[in-house]
Amino acid sequence: MHLSLSDYLMDIVQNSFESGASSVTLTIDEGQRMVVCTVVDNGKGMDERTLKRVLDPFYSEEGKHRGRKVGLGLPFLSQAVEAANGEFSVQSIPGEGTTVRFSFDRQHIDSPPPGDLALALSTLVAHPMADHFVVHRTAGQGRSYSLDRRVLLEVLGELKTSGSLNLLRQYVASQEAGLHDEYEE
Amino acid sequence: MAKMTLEELRSLRNRVQGDLQKRDIEGKDSRIIIGMGTCGIAAGAKETLDAFLTALDEHKISSTSVTQSGCMGLCYVEPTVEVIVPDMPTVIYGKVDAKTAKKIVEEHLIARRLVTDHIFDRPAADIIKKDGGK
Repeated sequence: MHLSLSDYLMDIVQNSFESGASSVTLTIDEGQRMVVCTVVDNGKGMDERTLKRVLDPFYSEEGKHRGRKVGLGLPFLSQAVEAANGEFSVQSIPGEGTTVRFSFDRQHIDSPPPGDLALALSTLVAHPMADHFVVHRTAGQGRSYSLDRRVLLEVLGELKTSGSLNLLRQYVASQEAGLHDEYEE
Repeated sequence: MAKMTLEELRSLRNRVQGDLQKRDIEGKDSRIIIGMGTCGIAAGAKETLDAFLTALDEHKISSTSVTQSGCMGLCYVEPTVEVIVPDMPTVIYGKVDAKTAKKIVEEHLIARRLVTDHIFDRPAADIIKKDGGK
């Protein structure tokens, strides 16, 4: 199994949505050498006991998964970051929210590939449990774009039918492509 | 690809919306729910979602609801997809790669026939019929 950065982001941002957060912010800062990602939510947070078990693949919140008792998202991510000599941290305060931050060296041989970030981000923006979801994406030297779910919802009217999702997909792909077009100039 | 602005997105949406409302007969009130737990993502659920949107776009179907859920409890046959079409049995398909996603759009949504070899939701005899549940 070779998960990409997009896969890891999908997984951990969905954790934030499922934590009851009304606000989730994802920052992807792609420098020349390092990629730094941060997910900040204002969800229910975790107490110290839960926080100690977030990297245990055989631990999951009661009732979260139908028919199984595993929680693989954060353990997979932390292992991937460790393999790529990166850094990983989770900070959480019950009732206030959780911040997951990780970074890795893009040139490390074991770093996960980026995957289809445009597809992952448009899928997250359209997530039915997302409320106020904002993405800040930078690629060094001022090249950046932002996505705000509420703004996109206002522009497209809704984010659940195939028609609007295809338009959303085109929009995010154009932002991502623009980032790299500028990068190549 | 030129970077699209929000105003361009709004214009594009306004331009296609009227046309879509006129021609959208197939797929109306149908729902496609894609399992996007860790297991689904690892098995390629993102690409499955992409394939559904592409197939629906190819067939000019714009009003089908396409949403995502967590793990459906069928990790061994990911990616899993629940398909709800009025007047048809609701089923969960398993091992839905891009090719199968296209087949589900063409068979289940448009031709109204179940894709029986991918049903994994406790496939009871009453939902799998020789005529594909038609």
